[in-house]
Amino acid sequence: MKADLKELPVETMDLQMGPSHPATHGTIKFDLKLEGEKILACDVAVGFLHRGFAKMCEQATWTQVIPYTDRLNYVSPLINNVGYALAVEKLLGVETPPRCQFIRVIMSELSRITDHLTCCGMAASELGAITVGFYLVEARELLIRIIEAVTGARLTISYTRIGGVKHDLPEDFGEQVAKAFGKTRRLIADCDRLLSRNRIFIDRMSGTGTISRELALSYGLTGPVLRSTGVSYDVRKAQPYLVYGQLDFEIPLGARGDNYDRFICRMLEIDQSMRIVEQALAKMPVGPVLLDDPRVVLPEKEKVYNSIEGLMHHFKIIMEGIHVPAGEVYFPVEGGNGELGFYIVSDGGGRPYRVRVRPPCFIAMSAFHEMIRGAMVADIIPTFGMINMIGGECDR
Amino acid sequence: MEDSPNISRLRARLGGKILDSHAFRGDDTIVVAREELREIFRFLKEDPELDLSFLTDITAVDYLGRKTPRFEVVYHLYSLKAGHRLRVKVPVPQEDPTVDSLVPLWKGANWLEREVWDMFGIRFHGHPDLRRVLLYEEFEGHPLRKDYPVNQRQPLVAERELAGTFVDQRSDNKLLQLQQKLTAKR
Repeated sequence: MKADLKELPVETMDLQMGPSHPATHGTIKFDLKLEGEKILACDVAVGFLHRGFAKMCEQATWTQVIPYTDRLNYVSPLINNVGYALAVEKLLGVETPPRCQFIRVIMSELSRITDHLTCCGMAASELGAITVGFYLVEARELLIRIIEAVTGARLTISYTRIGGVKHDLPEDFGEQVAKAFGKTRRLIADCDRLLSRNRIFIDRMSGTGTISRELALSYGLTGPVLRSTGVSYDVRKAQPYLVYGQLDFEIPLGARGDNYDRFICRMLEIDQSMRIVEQALAKMPVGPVLLDDPRVVLPEKEKVYNSIEGLMHHFKIIMEGIHVPAGEVYFPVEGGNGELGFYIVSDGGGRPYRVRVRPPCFIAMSAFHEMIRGAMVADIIPTFGMINMIGGECDR
Repeated sequence: MEDSPNISRLRARLGGKILDSHAFRGDDTIVVAREELREIFRFLKEDPELDLSFLTDITAVDYLGRKTPRFEVVYHLYSLKAGHRLRVKVPVPQEDPTVDSLVPLWKGANWLEREVWDMFGIRFHGHPDLRRVLLYEEFEGHPLRKDYPVNQRQPLVAERELAGTFVDQRSDNKLLQLQQKLTAKR
């Protein structure tokens, strides 16, 4: 019977998926070559959200760059703020007070949790588990409210200053965090029960979007995508910045490098981040949150309004910018999606000569075609979801 | 300035190939010539002692009017085992902005080099697919060059003809009707 069947002619089909596709949260275009449902080749086109971040930074003073960094990875803007501030401080050769370092760690980790919650919740809801999407967004909302209480904004926060942070944490911060974490843990446990033995979810995540360890390293992948292949590389452990060296946490690792491992890595990292925040809150010393260095930091408003020296000082910093010594530094921090590096060059003036961001998800997207070659069209959705491409960061 | 341990080790191994070096703020940096680029990177990647096998980033800086040669392509390498980093800078002249591609060594160099081409107009020899990545093919100029004005406008580009695109020719195709009306007016 089988021998009688004629070979059906197979024609490859070109399909453009995107730039505005309802199942890809982000503006991106996949030029697919299909044979039926099978993906033969995929060319990824990014850049739809390009707004010239680097060029804008060259026009702004060092301080004015901070709001631009909010808009890089806009689901964890605090990490971008902290990364940029740390890079400039390294170039200046100054170190922030201990309390500020703890605050930066706490706020970075809160951001990391919101990042992972968004990523996992959206990826799950795109696979049909809309309940999980709602639960995790509810948890994210609790944390974003805390961030709002501290910084005054949900997304465009610009919380760090060069040499510190804008202001101290509110008094009831510890209680708020404890309350929110309790609820977040319950919500995550609920989601775990909804997903971890869910046949549909596991079938679509497990074994899809696989990348080998060698390829992942060759592509320079970082973050949960790299750790899902079993490589233990996290900037917080490899080159501890701020006070990460004093805190006890683990790096969850995967083994197979597929979407399911990435999902589990992210969910476990949420747990670790909550541990970090709780430890940091317990260990946090009292003290100033801003550097006492008139070259870098704006004077208090009291002095600005009541003395000519204060006013001149304020004016100088606002109009000319702080003077950063000529040179170049690279400073990596662990962002939600991997190593977020800032390479900045100064010519000694009040404006950056060059600001380069190493965007983790741009690099992850460059390996996307390897992850889905030979897979089905439907596998694009979880793979893209677990990379968590953020247009603001990928396209800059 | 005193050399850091890694740079002195590199100086011992590479000798005259290192044109310059510094360790400003603890960032080890070497400057090498573009002619021997690929051999040097192969050595850095494969030398077991250095083990700089992880390509973190490729970018460029335009030093128009400040330095000759005008451009510098900047590579950041990392060692997963030893945990140290190295920055390698390669001067590139304005008249012939080309360097060798590192795609044979690291696949991740592909998009990073495409971005440098896109933003700075530096070409990479031996790159398999050197197209723009963030901007579109019809874009004129390379925006991160210092002589590209920040308020520069780009001309509108025509619709791209795509081979094999399905065009709806039905009479109630509103878009088609609109286009026909517009061309008739002109």
